[in-house]
Amino acid sequence: MRRLPGIALALLWAATGAFAGPSRVVTMNLCADQLAMMLAAPGQLASVSYIARDTRASAMAKEALAYPVNHGLAEEIYLLKPDLVIAGAYSTPATTGMLRRLGVAVVVFQPALSLQDVRARILQMGQVLGRKDAAQVLLAEYDQRLAALQDAGPEAPRAALYAANGFTSGSMTLAGQILRAAGLRNIADELGYARSGHMPLELLAMSAPDLLIGTSPYPRASRSEDNLAHPVVRQLAARSSAGQIRDADWVCGTPHVLRAVETLAEERRRFVEKEGSQ
Amino acid sequence: MTRLGLPLSAVVLALFLLSLTVGPADVGAGDSLAALFDDGYGPLTLVMREIRLPRALLAVIIGGGLGLAGAAMQGYLRNPLAEPGLIGVSSSAALGAVLAINTGVAASLTLGLPLAALAGALAGVFLVMALAGPQGGSLTLILAGIAISAMAAALTSLVLNLSPNPFAANEIVFWMMGSLADRSMLHVWLVLPFALTGAAVLLTLARGLDALTLGEDAAQTMGVNLNRLRLLLVVGTASVVGGATAVAGAIGFIGLVVPHILRPLVGGQPSRLLWASALGGAIMLQLADIAVRLILPARDLKLGVVTALVGAPLFLHLIYKTRKGLA
Repeated sequence: MRRLPGIALALLWAATGAFAGPSRVVTMNLCADQLAMMLAAPGQLASVSYIARDTRASAMAKEALAYPVNHGLAEEIYLLKPDLVIAGAYSTPATTGMLRRLGVAVVVFQPALSLQDVRARILQMGQVLGRKDAAQVLLAEYDQRLAALQDAGPEAPRAALYAANGFTSGSMTLAGQILRAAGLRNIADELGYARSGHMPLELLAMSAPDLLIGTSPYPRASRSEDNLAHPVVRQLAARSSAGQIRDADWVCGTPHVLRAVETLAEERRRFVEKEGSQ
Repeated sequence: MTRLGLPLSAVVLALFLLSLTVGPADVGAGDSLAALFDDGYGPLTLVMREIRLPRALLAVIIGGGLGLAGAAMQGYLRNPLAEPGLIGVSSSAALGAVLAINTGVAASLTLGLPLAALAGALAGVFLVMALAGPQGGSLTLILAGIAISAMAAALTSLVLNLSPNPFAANEIVFWMMGSLADRSMLHVWLVLPFALTGAAVLLTLARGLDALTLGEDAAQTMGVNLNRLRLLLVVGTASVVGGATAVAGAIGFIGLVVPHILRPLVGGQPSRLLWASALGGAIMLQLADIAVRLILPARDLKLGVVTALVGAPLFLHLIYKTRKGLA
């Protein structure tokens, strides 16, 4: 008898979940934007964040042109009359709190810190959108591409991730995992950076990486990106084969990270060939 | 001069060598200094020549310049509270630099960045001198400085917030607090002409500043052209502070602390204080820059944090001492 309410609830949930996900979804986080655009049913996604259209940050800038954009402000999102808002862990709590008080359902997505996390995010997005089947298809495809990739040897070239403000990323970050999946060792691991952190330029120079993976500066220069133009960085970048650059594919935990891995693996192959010929 | 000059110079040199051997890379002092002259050390030579050497040179050039500018301004205004950072000259220079970077002038013109900072500094010094008046009373001087600092800081933040570059907003701290981390020889060449020109101009003022201690009328009867003196002071200070701020951000309090400590040692004579403060400024900035590397080696602690922690209590002390004049 005690089980009955539980079973009834599960039945009700299954019945509604089968054909009725939310009908008007607004995403206000770059990564949720992209997952939602991949998985939502036609007409289900009402708006994405404006950053989704920024080609430097978004791997789906073209697709995002089809959706109205929001700027992550409670007022404009409320006026869109969504029945579900998907926010990221870094969305302002004031905004999500306000939306909840106004009676809007809000789901917060945590950032993906590994290639395994990406699988969980795909499933989570399928769940909240009521599009589990679409999520399973996407996941199967992702797993297949991922399995084809992983081959990091002990003699693999050493690479350094170096971004604006001298930031580097270790193995507990998505960027670090992309590096590993591409068959590269990360100097951040040698230096004890598990997550992201400021790496003094001296340490970068002393560790003498085979490949330097930088970021390309944004238009309208800023001093934070000065470090990428430092003679030491230029010299290290010139030693590695080509201009390895992180782009929009690196930013979010979506299947697009595999494209970043594939491009980087290609760079690694070219580097190994060049070394072998010398 | 030599009695004070020799020990100060010796300390500058000693700190310069120490500065070359301090850094996150864990290398012995002997090896690192040898690597500076020998290509055989591989990456260490790169570190020494491209990272530590410019950093140490910049600390000497910028510290010396800021100390000198502080001593000159205090000599002219006959007010120990006049310091480029406190009266808004550094923040105005930072505004000029930020504008140059954001409009692309810094990238398209070789000397665009320091020239823009110089223009900002000129506007700042000019405004302060105009607002504070020829006597430079403490109250008007500090009020003018607060107003100009606030205005320049607000405009700097506005420019950085309007920038489409997502990193720009993070830079506000750099421009307000200053740092010498990850600078290159390029920055040394950017600041050097401005620091040398400014210093040369300020050092010519020595005799005039000495005469001014007797009062403006006395100075004029001694043949000092006060208008010319003021013009040279404005240009010299702006050149030094503009160049320094363009590459290292606004570093405050050096021009306040150093002349204050050295004044009794030179018998309160402005002409001798100029030289001594230049050396003293180089010492203080080198100490601060070594401190930020020892305290938080991996975090890029800002220089202004250290100089303000030392300088702000002294500033309070000076206000306390001069408050009779303020009342």
